[in-house]
Order: sequence, then structure tokens, then C-alpha cells
Amino acid sequence: MIPEIGHFSLLLCLPLALVMAVVPLIGVAAKNIVWMRFASTLAIMQWVLLFLSFLALSYSFFIDDFTVKLVTLHSNTALPWYFKLSAVWGNHEGSLLLWVFILASWTLAVGLASSSIPLVMKTRVLSVLAMISVGFLAFIIFTSNPFDRSLIMTPSEGNDLNPLLQDIGLIIHPPMLYIGYVGFSVAFAFAIAALLEGRFDAEWARWTRPWTNIAWAFLTVGIALGSWWAYYELGWGGWWFWDPVENASLMPWLAGAALVHSLSATEKRGVFKSWTILLALLAFSLSLLGTFLVRSGILVSVHAFASDPERGLFILAFLFIVVGGSLLLYALKAPIMKGGAVFALISRENLLLINNVLFAIALTVVLLGTLFPLVSTALDLGSYSVGAPYFNAMFAPLGLLTVFIMGFAPFIAWNRFTLLKQQSRQWILHLLLAIFLAMLLVSGLSHQYVADFNFLAFFIASLCLWLAVNTLSHFFFRIKHGGLSFHSLSQLSLSYYGMVIAHIGMAVMILGIGITSIYESQKDVRMAISDNVSINSYRYQLSEISSVTASNYDATRASVNVYHDSAGEPSRLITTLYPEKRFYRASRNMMTEAGIDASLSRDLYVSLGEQLEPGVWAVRVHVKPLVRCIWLGAILISLGAILATFDKRYKRSSAARSEPGLGSPSNH
Amino acid sequence: MISRLKLFAPLIIFSVIAAVFFRLENRMVSGEYDPSMLPSALIDHPIPEFSLPALSTERLLTNKDLPNQAYIINVWASWCISCRVEHAYLNALSQKGVAIIGLNYKDRPLDALQWLERLGNPYQFNLSDLKGQLALDLGVYGAPENYIVGADGIIRYRHVGILDDNVWRDKIVPLGLSW
Repeated sequence: MIPEIGHFSLLLCLPLALVMAVVPLIGVAAKNIVWMRFASTLAIMQWVLLFLSFLALSYSFFIDDFTVKLVTLHSNTALPWYFKLSAVWGNHEGSLLLWVFILASWTLAVGLASSSIPLVMKTRVLSVLAMISVGFLAFIIFTSNPFDRSLIMTPSEGNDLNPLLQDIGLIIHPPMLYIGYVGFSVAFAFAIAALLEGRFDAEWARWTRPWTNIAWAFLTVGIALGSWWAYYELGWGGWWFWDPVENASLMPWLAGAALVHSLSATEKRGVFKSWTILLALLAFSLSLLGTFLVRSGILVSVHAFASDPERGLFILAFLFIVVGGSLLLYALKAPIMKGGAVFALISRENLLLINNVLFAIALTVVLLGTLFPLVSTALDLGSYSVGAPYFNAMFAPLGLLTVFIMGFAPFIAWNRFTLLKQQSRQWILHLLLAIFLAMLLVSGLSHQYVADFNFLAFFIASLCLWLAVNTLSHFFFRIKHGGLSFHSLSQLSLSYYGMVIAHIGMAVMILGIGITSIYESQKDVRMAISDNVSINSYRYQLSEISSVTASNYDATRASVNVYHDSAGEPSRLITTLYPEKRFYRASRNMMTEAGIDASLSRDLYVSLGEQLEPGVWAVRVHVKPLVRCIWLGAILISLGAILATFDKRYKRSSAARSEPGLGSPSNH
Repeated sequence: MISRLKLFAPLIIFSVIAAVFFRLENRMVSGEYDPSMLPSALIDHPIPEFSLPALSTERLLTNKDLPNQAYIINVWASWCISCRVEHAYLNALSQKGVAIIGLNYKDRPLDALQWLERLGNPYQFNLSDLKGQLALDLGVYGAPENYIVGADGIIRYRHVGILDDNVWRDKIVPLGLSW
């Protein structure tokens, strides 16, 4: 009965979303306020229905209702309850339901939170969101019904959730990622509404920015979680693989990064309007493209869901309507860039333009690398492959150039910047300071990890520290300027704090990536009990192998003591790590679970391999300096993006003051 | 007017990409294209000529070194996570006596050797294809990828992606090769 309620609510949503996509827009055309207001009511109803539907599916997983096919295929009575719940989105149908539920939640948020936005704009935004909802609801209902039953032959046990997905990181990774992906639909809807209305002013940008920032922040966290999960769960010590599905999430992220910055230029200076609109359309289009690539079976990837060409055609048709339609609208209605520069060569506008160009290049690199093999196959040019080496070679210079330019960001004013002698002297000083600190850092690392002084590491560290030093010094200058007090701290706008934190996050992340890639070391060894292996000054000792039994797997667990040896001192036990090799009973899968001692300066990482002969095991040990900085940086970036949305000027009251009349088009 | 035309550029680029997707999808639906199957070009053809160093000894190997029985060419790399998932099954196959030749693809030889030491070595030998020359001739899409070759040296089947028990039973056993 419960699954039927869920199914029925889901079915009911489709006509509801259809009405929401059409009627309020007719209201806009007919200037009928009641019909326009109807959109918000429908948004609430849609959310309630989808919430019920999602609840029903979760309940079916929770109580092991094996009459529901999806539960049989992806769950098991022996799973702990939290994995039963996360199994809901560990498959194609359920994750799609989560997708539309999140879309409905964003729609609801827009409906409730945007009382300051003119009714016409808000109505159009809600209707566009409803159109997207129609597409996805139809997709679920007609091709991927999660509530399908098998009442005649009900199995007594399920197939189990893929053991790779039985992990805390994977419980939260997909929802975060989807909140980000789907969140771009709001920026997309705002862009469409702007195109329909011919309104691209600063206010439009101000309404769009908070939504975009939040979506982008969630996407950042989602991607970082995926990378963190791969790091400890795959037992390989890698944190990014340039897998097509990872690329699919990176593309909207890059477009979002460009959009977040482009929006600020549009808001503050009224420039780059067509860029901003295009990026808003692109960010969501690329999210849809990602969905298509993952679910159509067109790409081969470990992440890919069980695929079905019919589903692929459906998403493709939907993708074509949404993206093609919006780009056509863009071509017809986007504001034409006026010739002649209105800002000086060195100005924040130009800096943001460079930022847009750099992110656009990075986006193209990923898009080409991911799609080129497909394109060449489709055109019978033969198959080509593009691997991690291509991406690394392209991304390293792009990333470093971005970091270097970001160093200037806080100093360069809008419109015009005159380089004072004092300023250039300050920058040279900062650069020297950064180089000095980088020298210290890299010498320290070389000493610690008994390696040569690495000039590439030194170069990367100098650039990252340049960014950090510049950003911090600007921050302290601003504080000092206003007098060092709580009052002066609160005088700075939250979006300024956001920028500072996010840019430092970027410096931290790139530093982590660079240093880890260069200074990590690893050894693969055969170990018997009480054997030792040393990396630099760390000594790993296999002390014990034991068996562990959990509710749904059996594991072999090694205890590895890690000592720190240094000359002239007795060796000191740092920690004991417990890497595991798990055998999942229901799905008969082997998984590794790495043992990690994490700290800000380095990770000690052990994973247990095959048993080579009785009592002897293959073991891989790593030392990874600064690897945590990668995720710490990502957290700072998203924190900065979130903080900026709480800026006073996005608050309802202040926005309401300057609210223009009902939908007056102001074409700039 | 010209600037208005410029705004059509994203639409045109997207249309080209969408056309490619439609073509691929249509071929998938009609069964002509399966991302895990070889484009017809190389099936029923011999392995392309190659001369590559062996992974462990760096001795140059050519087509003459290939086995005289049915075998699998497995394309892998230590940077490839899917390969790691696949590896245990390859070990099992080689224990059953199936001949597997590794094509170590765009990898650092040291990493590759460490991988084999740690996870076991199911390969009769490994070709080290640093620049991806043979991979290019074979039309490798990415790692992992598997080419099923008959005793006569003719490619019979290609599987893109992880080789597992299902693929073995459903796709490879029906080829009727004697392993």
C-alpha cells in the first residue's frame, strides 16, 4: 500500500507541474495576478507530493519490502539501516526521484523566499522550473518507475547494495552533488526569465547571485566528498581520476565558478550581461549533459548506472529541448555587447573577464577530453582515447595561471586602476615574501621526505603563497584602515569575507594538489607479521592479522603500527592503523578499506592487498604530505561562497526598498 | 546585425554535439553501436603490427611473441580505477589457464610493476605502451578494455570496460574458442 501511495503522488505531480508550467505564464500574458500567484501555491503542492513519494520509497527500503523490485535489486536485510536509506539513491530510479525531489525543494525555496522579486519575474522563474520538473517527472514515470512491484514471486532476500557505495561518504555525496547540479536550474530559470522580459540589470544579477552561490557551494562540497571517498575507499591513494563521470561534475562546476564571478561584474558594474546569461544557461545545461552521460550508457565508467538506450534517447530529447531552446532564446534575445571598452585595461572588470576566459578554456579542455572519443566514434573516424595525462598536462598551467592572477584580485578596483609606485612596491614585497615562505616550505618538505629540492614544487608553492599573502594583507589593511575593533570587522561586507575565504581556499587547495603530487611516496611490499617497512622517517610494522565479522561482510583486518624514527632518539609510536579487506557475503564482492592517520601536514595511509602465501600479505603504504589541503581548500571555497550569500544587500528588506514597479522592463 | 549572429554560436556548437549524440544513441538502439563493442573495423582482422618493450625487461616484443592459442589482450594502467576492480577477475581467469597479455597503457612502468607485485600478475607478459601507439592502432577508447583473439591471431571480440564473470559467460564463451 505504501509504495502505491508513493507512486500515486509521483503520478499526480506530472499534471500538477504541467499546470504550473503553463497557467502562471498565461497569467503573465493576461496580466492576471491571481493566476501568477498560483505558481507559488503549486510549488508547495508539488513539494509535498514529492516528499510523500520519496518518503514512501525510503520506507520501502527501510522495512525491506522486497515486493518492490528496486528494493530487491539494491538492498538486503543484513544492511544497517542507514545504508538501507542511502540505497534509495544508490541506483538509477531512486537517484532520479531524489533529483526531482531536490528540484521541487529548490522551486519551493524560490517560491517562499523571493517575496522581494517582482511578481512577473518570480512567476516566470517558477514556471521555467516547473517545465524542467515536467521533463524529469515524465522521464521517471515513463522509463524508470522506482515503485515497480513483483508481487507474484516475492524474493525473501535482496541483492545487496554495491559494497563500494556502503560508506558514509557515499551517503552524503550524491545528495550534495544533486543539490548543486539541480541548484543551477534556479540560475537557469532566472536567465530565461531575463531573456523573456528583456531585463538584464544589476537587480536581476542581485536576485540571481545568492541562488547561484549556494548551488555552487554545494557542488563544490559534493565533488570534494566524491574525491575524498575515492581516496580512502578505493585503496589506491588517488583522489582524482579524470573519470568521465567526474568530468561530468567538473564541467558545471567550472561554468558555475565563472558564473559566480561574472554575476558580480553584472551586479556591480552592469557589464558582461550576455556572458553572464550564457554562463547561467551553460551551468545547468552541463548538469543535464552530465546526467545524460551517466545514465545513457554512452560512456563506460565505474560510476555509470545500469544503462538503457531508450532512456538515453529520452534524456537526449529532453536535453535538446531544454538546451537547444534556451540557446535559441539566447541567440534571439540576449543583450548585444556594445563595442568600445567602458573600462580601463587594468580594472577589476578585465580581471573578471580573464577569469571567465580561463574557466571557459578549462571547461573546453574537459568537454573535449570527455566528448572527443565519442565524437570520433560517431563520425567513424576511429576511436581515440584521452587519459589522465592529457588532463593533467592541460590543467596544471591553467590552474597556476589562475592562482597568479587571483593574487591581484582584491587590489584592482572597478572601472579604473592606476598603478601607484607604492602599490607595485608592496606587490614586489609580497612576491618576495611568498618566495621566501615557499623556499622554507619546500626545503622543509625535502628534508622531511629525504628528497631533492623540487623546483616545480617551489614554483607552485610560491604562486599559492603569493595568492594567500596578497589576499590576507589586503584583508588586514582593510581592518587596520578602519581601526582594529569589532566594529571595523563588522563593517566589512560578508561578500568581502566570502571572497577572502574562498580565495585562500583556492590557494590551499592548489598547494595541496601540487605538493601531494610531487612529494607523495609509496611502497608496495610483501609483509609477514612483525615485518617492517620504512618510508622516509616513518616505519610501518605489521603487528597482527585478525578476522572481523560484521552484519553483512567478513573482513581480514591488519594492525599496522606506525613509528617515527629519527636519529639519536628512540622511535616513537605515532598510531596504529587498521586496514581491512572485506568480503561482502550477498554480492560476493571484495573491497579494501584503507587505514589512514590523517593530519593537516601529512596522511599516513595503508591498504591491505592479497594474501600472497600463508601469513604473508601484499601491503601498500603511503605518506602523502598536505593531501588534506585539497579538501580543506574545497571546504573553504564553499564556505566563502555561502558566506557571501548572507551579505546584507541580498536581504529581503534592503532589496525591497529599491523594488521597481511590477515587471517594468528596463533595458540597459 | 553581425553581433546578433555571433550570439548563435553557442546554439550551433550545441547542435553539432547533440547531432553526434543522436547518431550514437540511434545506433545504440538499433544495436549497431555498443560502447562496449569494437567498431566493426578491426573485428575479424589480425592484431596490428607492433614493436613495443616488455614492461619488466624492456626487451622489444613484436607480433611474433603473441601466443599460439586463444588469448585476451587486456588494456590497463595503474591510474585506472576500473582496472583495479577488474584485476581480481583477471587473476582468477589466469589461474583457470586463460592466456592474458597485458597492454600497459600510458602508465609509468614503475607504478605498473608495483601494481603487479601488489595485486598479483595474471599476464603472460606485458607490453609497455607509453605513448599509446598500439592502443591507437587498436582503437582503444580507454582502460580497461579487452580484445579476445583466436588462436589464428584474429580479433574476435572487443569488450570496453570491466571484464567480469557475466561478460565472460554471455559474450566470450559463446565465441566458441578453446581456452
